[in-house]
Amino acid sequence: MIHQLSWKVGGQQGEGIDSTGEIFATALNRKGYYLYSYRHFSSRIKGGHTNNNIRVSTKEIRSISDELDILVAFDQETIDLNAHELNADGVILADARFKPSKPESCQAALYSVPFTEIAKELGNSLMKNMVAIGASSALLGLQAEDYKQVVEERFASKGKPVVEMNLEAIRAGARFLVDSYGNELKTFKLAEADGQTRMFMIGNDAISLGALAAGARFMAAYPITPASEIMEYLIRKLPEVGGAVIQTEDEMAAVTMAIGANYSGVRAFTASAGPGLSLMMEAIGLSGMTETPLVIVDTQRGGPSTGLPTKQEQSDLMQMIYGTHGEIPKIVLAPSTAEEAFYDTVQAFNLAEMYQCPVIILSDLQLSLGKQTVPPLNYKKVSINRGKLMNGDSLPELENKDYFKRYELTDDGISPRVLPGTKNGIHHVTGVEHDEMGKPLETAENREQQMEKRMKKMQTVVSHFDNPVHVDGEAESELLLVGFNSTRGAIEEAMEKLRKEGMKVAHAHIRLLHPFPTNIVEPLIAKAGRVIVVENNYTGQLANLIRLNVGYAEKIHQINKYDGTPFLANEVYSKTKELIPIGNI
Amino acid sequence: MATFKDFRNNVRPNWCPGCGDFSVQAAIQRAAANLGLEPHELAVISGIGCSGRISGYIRSYGFHGIHGRVLPIAQGVKMGNRDLTVIAAGGDGDGFAIGMGHTIHAIRRNIDITYIVMDNQVYGLTKGQTSPRSEVGFKTKSTPEGSVESTLSIMEMVLTAGATFVAQSFSSDLKELTELIERGIQHKGFSFINVFSPCVTYNKINTYDWFKENLIRLDELEDYDSHNRILAMKTLMEHNGFVTGLIYEDKEKKSYQDLIHGYSQTPLAQEQLELGEEKFAQLMSEFM
Repeated sequence: MIHQLSWKVGGQQGEGIDSTGEIFATALNRKGYYLYSYRHFSSRIKGGHTNNNIRVSTKEIRSISDELDILVAFDQETIDLNAHELNADGVILADARFKPSKPESCQAALYSVPFTEIAKELGNSLMKNMVAIGASSALLGLQAEDYKQVVEERFASKGKPVVEMNLEAIRAGARFLVDSYGNELKTFKLAEADGQTRMFMIGNDAISLGALAAGARFMAAYPITPASEIMEYLIRKLPEVGGAVIQTEDEMAAVTMAIGANYSGVRAFTASAGPGLSLMMEAIGLSGMTETPLVIVDTQRGGPSTGLPTKQEQSDLMQMIYGTHGEIPKIVLAPSTAEEAFYDTVQAFNLAEMYQCPVIILSDLQLSLGKQTVPPLNYKKVSINRGKLMNGDSLPELENKDYFKRYELTDDGISPRVLPGTKNGIHHVTGVEHDEMGKPLETAENREQQMEKRMKKMQTVVSHFDNPVHVDGEAESELLLVGFNSTRGAIEEAMEKLRKEGMKVAHAHIRLLHPFPTNIVEPLIAKAGRVIVVENNYTGQLANLIRLNVGYAEKIHQINKYDGTPFLANEVYSKTKELIPIGNI
Repeated sequence: MATFKDFRNNVRPNWCPGCGDFSVQAAIQRAAANLGLEPHELAVISGIGCSGRISGYIRSYGFHGIHGRVLPIAQGVKMGNRDLTVIAAGGDGDGFAIGMGHTIHAIRRNIDITYIVMDNQVYGLTKGQTSPRSEVGFKTKSTPEGSVESTLSIMEMVLTAGATFVAQSFSSDLKELTELIERGIQHKGFSFINVFSPCVTYNKINTYDWFKENLIRLDELEDYDSHNRILAMKTLMEHNGFVTGLIYEDKEKKSYQDLIHGYSQTPLAQEQLELGEEKFAQLMSEFM
C-alpha cells in the first residue's frame, strides 16, 4: 500500500496527452486524492515532446514529485527524455507500436502494450489514450467503473456507444496487462482516499474565480502564455453576470482600457506575462498618478524578451515593484497556492479601491498552470471593501465652476473618490501633476504635497494585508528558507526532510512583496542562524529585496534556478546541504 | 437645463492665441448643451499634446491620459458606464502616430463614443516636429530638408477600417463643427471627427487662409450622399481629403455594446458586486 504516486504521460503535442492526464486525474480527484499536475510543453501547437506529470497523494501536496513511478509513453522520445526520473521499481507503459526500448541504466520494468492496436480493434485508434489509462489502472488497482462518470461527461455529446467504447478501451488496456504479466505485474496500490469532493484547478482558474467573486465585471486583455486561461475563462463566465471581456489590440490598450473602466466605477482588470507587463509600464504610472484603482495579474514566465514562453521563472519581481518611470504607490502581492490565489485576488480588488493605486497579483507559470487539488472555497470569507468611494447623493452642491476635490489632502493620503456621472462630483483626472481638484499645477509646494499624499497611502498596507508572510516553524531557527509564489511546495518538502535529520528549520514565504513587510521579515532574519532564499531567477531578486529592506546581507544565501523548470524538493534539499558548511551557524 | 456656459470652467487654456483648439473646445461645449446634457453626464477623455489639454478646459468629468492611449481609456470608460456620454479628444500625433493601432481597432470595435481629432499637421507641444499628417516637403525641426514620408490619408483609412461615422470639419466653422459633434454623439457607435485646427506657431503652411482656400464643403457638392461609402471614398480621393461635412454614416450597424452577448443594460459601474452564494457554488462545482 502506498500513499503517494507519481505518474507521467508523454508523447507528441497534439495527440491528446493533456486529455489523457485530465481524465486520469479527474477520476482520482473524485475519489478524494490530492493531486498536483504539471505540463511540460513547447511554443508550438502540433509536434514536439509534451508530457503531463500527475502526482497523487493521500495528503495535501503543493509541487511536482522528484521521483516517477509510472511513465506512459506514446513514443520513444518520451522514454529517452524521462526514463532517468523513474524509480528502480517503476514501470514504463509503452505503446508496442513503436517497439519501445529503455536506456541500459534504467532499472524500471518496461511493459510494452499495444495501445494503438487495441484501440483500432475496438473501432478508433484515437482511443489509445483510454487503453493507456486502463493499463495504468491495472497497476493502481482501479476499475473502469472509476472512470465512468468522467468518460460519460466527456463523451456524452457523442452518444452512448462512444461512451461505452471508451470504457471498453479502459477495460481492454487493464485486461491486456493482467493477462500478459499475471502475478509478475508490479502494482502500485494506493491507500484509500477520504472520498471528499474537492476542486482540481490551475492557479489561473483560481485567479479568475477570485475576480468574479470580487465583483470584477470587466476585463481587457491580450493573449499571452501563461495568462490566457484567465481571459478565456472570463469570456465564458462574465456574460453570465452581465459583464464583458474585450480582447484588445495590444497590452497597452488592455491596461489603459482597464484603467478607463475602473475610473468609470466598474471593477476591472487585465492579465498578462512579462512581455505584456513591459508594455504596460507607462500606464501603471498613470494609474498611480491619477489614483485610479487597477488590478493586473502577471503570470511570470522565462524572460527576458520572448525568453522561455512556456517555462517557469520568477524574474519579474523587480520590474513589478519598481517598474514605471517616476515614483508611485503600488502594491505587489504573490500567492503561493491556487487557494491563496483565489483569496488574494479578492483582496487585490479591495486593496486597489482602498488605496486607489495599481495592485499587481504576481503569479508564475508553475502556479498559473500547475493543476492542484483545492479545498472548497469559503464564499463567506469574500468581503467587498470599496474604500473611500462616495455615495453621490450625499455630496454637497458644488459652488459655481468649482470642482470636487478628488485629490484632497487627507491624514492618510487617501482622498474621497466619486464616479463620473455623479451630479456634484465633477473633477479632472490627469497624469500631469495636479492640485486637489485635478487641475494641472507645477508649483513646488503643490508637488511636494501631492507626492507626499500619494506615497503616504502605503503606510497602512502591510497592517491591512491578510497574512503578508506565511511562516512555518519557530523564529529561532538554525536555517530559514525563504521563497515566494510556487516554490512553496518544494521548500516545504525539503524542510521536512531537513527537520527529520534533526535540523531546526523554518520557512517564510513572502506573500506581500511591496510594500515590503519588513516588520515581519526582520525578526525572522535576525533570529535565524542562516537564511537561504530559493527562487527561479539568476540574480536573486527576492534575496536582494530582503537585503535592501532588512539588511543582514552577510547571512543571506541564495539558491537560484533559471533553467525553465520548477524546483524539485530534492534540489532544494541538496543545494541547502551544500550551502550549510559555508560560514558559521 | 444646462447652457454651453455651464460647460465652462475657470481654467485659462495654455494654448497660443489664435490656436484652432479654442473653437473645438467651444464646439464641444455647445454641442453638449444643445443635446441637453448636464456637465456631470459627459466625460471628456484626452490624449497628450497641446490638444490633449482640452479635458481640463471643459467643465465635465475629464480624464487626461497618456500619449496615444486616449481611445482605450475612453472605450474602458464607456464599457464601465454605458449611460455616460464619452468624448475622446487628441491631436494627430496622438491618434495617428503613437496611437494609430488603437484608432484602427476602436473603429473596428465600434463602441459608442465620439473621437475628435484636432489635426494641425504638426507636433506642437514638443515644439515643432513633423507629424504623419504633415505634407511632403514640410520643413520642421525633425525634417530640416523637408518631410519625405507620405502624408497619411486619414479619412480614407478610417473609411477602409470600417468606420460607421466619418466627418471632417474646420475649426473656423464653429457652426458646422458643433453640428457634426452633435450628430457624432447621437450616432450609435464609434464616431470619428477630424478637425483641421491650425497651429499658428509651428505650421506656417496649413494656415487659416490656406484652409479657407482649399477646403470644399460636402453640402455644397451636388448629389453627395453620406450613406454611400464608395462615393465617400471617391470624393475624398478626388479632393485629396480636403473636404468638410458628414462624409459617411452607417446607421444600420449596431454598436459593440449592442452586439456582444450577455452585456448588462445597466451600467456595469452600478451593478451589484456580490456574486451570491448560489452562483459561487455552481462555479466551484464546475471544477470538481
